[in-house]
Amino acid sequence: MTALTGLSIAEARDGLKARRFSAHELAQAHLDGMAKARRLNAYITETPAIALRQAAESDARLKAGDARPLEGIPLGIKDLFCTKGTLTTAGSHILDGFKPTYESTVTANLWRDGAVMLGKTNLDEFAMGSSNMTSHHGPVLSPWRRRSGNADLVPGGSSGGSAAAVAARIAMGATGTDTGGSIRQPAAFSGIVGLKPTYGRCSRLGVVAFASSLDQPGPLARSVRDCAILLRSMAGHDPGDSTSVDTPVPDYEAAVGRGVKGLRIGVPKEYRVDGMPGEIEALWQQGVAWLEAQGATFAEISLPHTRYALPTYYIVAPAEASSNLARYDGVRYGLRVAGSSIDEMYELTRAAGFGPEVRRRVMIGTYVLSAGYYDAYYRKAQQVRALIARDSASAFETVDAILTPTAPSAAFAIGEKMDDPVAMYLNDVFTVPASLSGLPGISVPAGLSGDGLPLGLQVIGKAFDEETVIRTGAALEEAAAFNHKPDGLAA
Amino acid sequence: MSEHLLEGATGPWEMVIGLEVHAQVISQAKLFSGAATAFGSEPNTQVSPVDAAMPGMLPVINRFCVEQAVKTGLALGARINLTSIFDRKNYFYPDLPAGYQISQYKNPIVGAGTIQIDFKDRPSRTIGITRLHLEQDAGKSLHDIDPKASHVDLNRAGVALMEIVSEPDLRTPEEAGAYLRKLRSILRYIGTCDGNMEEGSLRCDANVSVRRPGAAFGTRCEIKNVNSIRYVQRAIEYEARRQIELIEAGGTVDQETRLFDAAKGETRTMRSKEEAHDYRYFPDPDLLPLVLDAAWVEGLRAALPELPDAKKARFMAEYGLSAYDAGVLVGEQVAADFYEAVARGRDPKIAANWVMVELFGALNRVGKDIADSPVSAAALGGLLDLMADGTISGRIAKDVFAAMVETGKDARAIVAEKGLVQVTDTGAIEAAIDKVMAAEAQKVAEYRSGKEKLFGYFVGQVMRAMGGKANPAVLNETLKKKLAG
Repeated sequence: MTALTGLSIAEARDGLKARRFSAHELAQAHLDGMAKARRLNAYITETPAIALRQAAESDARLKAGDARPLEGIPLGIKDLFCTKGTLTTAGSHILDGFKPTYESTVTANLWRDGAVMLGKTNLDEFAMGSSNMTSHHGPVLSPWRRRSGNADLVPGGSSGGSAAAVAARIAMGATGTDTGGSIRQPAAFSGIVGLKPTYGRCSRLGVVAFASSLDQPGPLARSVRDCAILLRSMAGHDPGDSTSVDTPVPDYEAAVGRGVKGLRIGVPKEYRVDGMPGEIEALWQQGVAWLEAQGATFAEISLPHTRYALPTYYIVAPAEASSNLARYDGVRYGLRVAGSSIDEMYELTRAAGFGPEVRRRVMIGTYVLSAGYYDAYYRKAQQVRALIARDSASAFETVDAILTPTAPSAAFAIGEKMDDPVAMYLNDVFTVPASLSGLPGISVPAGLSGDGLPLGLQVIGKAFDEETVIRTGAALEEAAAFNHKPDGLAA
Repeated sequence: MSEHLLEGATGPWEMVIGLEVHAQVISQAKLFSGAATAFGSEPNTQVSPVDAAMPGMLPVINRFCVEQAVKTGLALGARINLTSIFDRKNYFYPDLPAGYQISQYKNPIVGAGTIQIDFKDRPSRTIGITRLHLEQDAGKSLHDIDPKASHVDLNRAGVALMEIVSEPDLRTPEEAGAYLRKLRSILRYIGTCDGNMEEGSLRCDANVSVRRPGAAFGTRCEIKNVNSIRYVQRAIEYEARRQIELIEAGGTVDQETRLFDAAKGETRTMRSKEEAHDYRYFPDPDLLPLVLDAAWVEGLRAALPELPDAKKARFMAEYGLSAYDAGVLVGEQVAADFYEAVARGRDPKIAANWVMVELFGALNRVGKDIADSPVSAAALGGLLDLMADGTISGRIAKDVFAAMVETGKDARAIVAEKGLVQVTDTGAIEAAIDKVMAAEAQKVAEYRSGKEKLFGYFVGQVMRAMGGKANPAVLNETLKKKLAG
């Protein structure tokens, strides 16, 4: 870690404008760090040539006094975003060699605003996972270690490469996508901030689809302010995504520091799940105390259908995934395993191209949509989803935001929970309800576990009220003053 | 009623037929992508990343295709559903890049409507339309390029189709043909589908079952993708007879999908019920429900052109045409417009006769559509005017018309060129009559002794002598006088 890689995006922005250092130096510092931190496996593809070219353009603009909002800021891009001419894998063997001829809207927005691409970050295959263990390109190691041992830990998932890269100071920020917690949970595990915007806030065009009604791009960074800066560039209406919403993009950064005085914040009683570690419960109480101290008022609220959220999610998401992943058939791009008939080619290609977790979800999804089971599973899940959304809608009649833990535990070690998919799915218990309701949520690092690992608190807001989420997240951040750094940082 | 029954070995059977028509929407761009739709382009040149189902691509509805579907629904007198939903129909096939077709399943854009079908010799029937929905077409698999591999052309992938489903109201192949012709006529009137079955822009699946008259519906078979009206009729006829023979031999009809082999004139199993796909329909999460503005729909309704049924009624009332003639003339908008241009200010029945007999006959012979008729409506009108003012006779008019078809010149020019102006000069006609009577003294005597049938013979002789140009009325009158002595 150098002085440059340790800066926040806001600090780097100021330093670049003041010409204290160049975009080239900033990019190079990160590229050097990436080379040293390859053990983490945070990046699937490093793009130094693109980074240096973009940095050169940024330096020219900075020199000309023509800086754009993210001028020269080096970012990691989750390898689920299609990047024109750059390998895009979705963490899967089945997309071998796939170089899109188009750019995702979100990354195009970032380049429009002057950001610099360091590379494509590792992820769970097709964003299906909470550990980054399902990637065809191998697991990502968290830069964090337990006090009690040297076991390699997971960074969380599915945006595990993005989270690890930001935590390890080999990206100032990164894009993620969140379907059931894939931004917020790895942010919590990795001691950084992750913001899942409202469904429809950021375009999904050019993002490899997992579950279309849930997928939402968002930023990961080391501060709430940095996430706010990134979101402003990423967000916006896209006529190319029919589910993107045409509503103005506010100056999210301005919400940072606005304080929580007068805000009413809800604590859902149903989130006190069995078996939750005491230290997480304690951190949650601490979060309440911090915000109360800053003038927020608290109320216990009820979200009665919370316990159905996880099973609902694990029907809806695989159902959509089973259909979204049908296009990977070996006919037009990516992996093809020849067969003696078209059906055999499909079977061999998909068997070889998809890992076990993806195959499991495709099979679950196919099952819940099939004739005779649709009503019992998919339709029922859609009905319950509507009830869950109604729960939060009525809660938001009385509160401005909801405070919960982000995940029920700290990061676990590589290999743990791998033999029990349901234990793995339980990681998403606190993040999935906001996903099902399409609501914005942020995870802010709020403390360390007894074993020295980061723990996050989550703030959920009303639809398209990212500003309150950011305000509240910033207040938590300030109170928590989380300044711990992972000891596995590149030297 | 019995003419529509099929006689089996054990008694009469009734056919029950329902048709599903896939009509390609006339539109510059595809249903969910901006790619172009022109027929006959080089393979894979009209394909966007959306059509090829590249990763991360998303569909965006083409508003014009929605408008076309709503117009069609309105023209079928159907209910327009202001909220409809796009679903995914999931199955694997190389010409279906996404592995699903975006279609409408439970909530189509258009609900129940009707089509009236007309016959020459029996009353019209009203056939129910169950629904119309929008969906994507698939690409084309090409199996004849490489002996070892199939190729795929995605130009058609994603083109908008309207699937128009009838109630099982049709009872004969003839009715099925009348239904298809009427539907095609309506689609062409409003410009939502060109109706070209050879190019595949109109395709038909037929559901066929048989039953004893008045009994409950039998088990149906679906015959897929028949590409001409004649073949649809033959396929239905064959399929109904096959089912009757099967049942009469003690068998039962299995619900299945069948193919029509036009070369052999028979249907055969494509896939059985057990092999039927489980399409796993569910609402497409990439698309919001399609919500239409009621005022916008009313605007489209108000802007609809006069449709075939209304035009037919008007032709009967305004021009005094028979139901059959009016029905023939309104079948195609161009023909109806042509007719009206000819009939305006002229005798409408003579105009109808000339358009339906002479013009249609000539077009048939030269293999042209009325849209590129060698004789324009104005030119045909000019010909009728020459007849009406006595310049030429009806007989000459037919010759002039033949010359018009051949040369594209107008009637007056041909008449002048060939010196075909009718002779009404009594002196010239009398002279010709005298000449013929002198030459045919024997026959004149026979006529005068009572063999009046010979009158026609004299008319013919005089006409021939005058090169057909004699005014028939003057000729008749003068000849009658002279023969009478």
